[in-house]
Amino acid sequence: MLSLLAATPALPLDEAGKYVAGAYIVFVVLLVVYVAIMASKLQRIERELKELANFAERDAASAGEDEREEIRA
Amino acid sequence: MYGKGLRPLSIATVAMLALSLSLVFFYAPLDADQGFIQKVFYIHVPLAIMALLGFVVGGGFAIAHLRSGDSRWDAYSYVSIHLSVIFGVAVLITGAIWAKASWGHWWVWDEPTLVSFLIVFLLYATYYPFRYAIEDRERQARYASVFAIAAGAFVPLNFMAVRMAEQLVHPRVFATSSGGLPGEMMLTFLCSLVAMALLWLTLVKFELAAKSTSGQVKRLRRALDAPGAAGKSRIAPEVS
Repeated sequence: MLSLLAATPALPLDEAGKYVAGAYIVFVVLLVVYVAIMASKLQRIERELKELANFAERDAASAGEDEREEIRA
Repeated sequence: MYGKGLRPLSIATVAMLALSLSLVFFYAPLDADQGFIQKVFYIHVPLAIMALLGFVVGGGFAIAHLRSGDSRWDAYSYVSIHLSVIFGVAVLITGAIWAKASWGHWWVWDEPTLVSFLIVFLLYATYYPFRYAIEDRERQARYASVFAIAAGAFVPLNFMAVRMAEQLVHPRVFATSSGGLPGEMMLTFLCSLVAMALLWLTLVKFELAAKSTSGQVKRLRRALDAPGAAGKSRIAPEVS
């Protein structure tokens, strides 16, 4: 990695450097913010799915108990 | 369904972005006129092209929605426009940075390219309040499609009007009589354009997959909740 960096040409980071860096950082920040928002949405979906799965399992278990009680009766 | 092929597409996008950044900083020569600041070109212009193309594509999906009545096309149209608006924000900010470094001003009001892009962006910024002001889902989708078609048709017209404008402070580097971009710059630009196109496509697929999954969870909630619909909800309320 160090030898690769040594072989690459030096970037002229003078006055223009901060503007170029700013432009690329803005792009990366926007991308990261978008991905973070999407990740929070996905977390919410995951939470809801977990809740629904728990509910479905509880529902199935109580339906099974009802059936057993009916058979006993 | 929408998530199919998302993983290879994401990998291709990351690889292409890495390649294009390497080309921008270590391969493309410095511009004789602008010097190092010209490197902004490789991110600003592909973002602008993808934003404008995305608006037109959104209009195309809206036509498909109005023709078929299938709500999937409306989702495609909405997500295309949404991503293009985000790309538009990036275009305006990177453009302002480039303008400050190059012309000494963050914004130049008598430059048709800048103002026309701002008009297109502001037009699409009204898409969200327009869409969500309508409560009925079907009417909302239909009206949003009409908006997307009309605005999508405005984009190329606007572009042509700007090309015909006489004021040319904004550089014209493609198809110019003086030959346009040199080979290395053109190759770097094309790689950046492909990377941005892949990024746009990946994010569209990603958002569509998230929207589709969220819709399916809602349907599942309704189906599971159906027996107790008359009384109180048997499941905890939706997380907002």
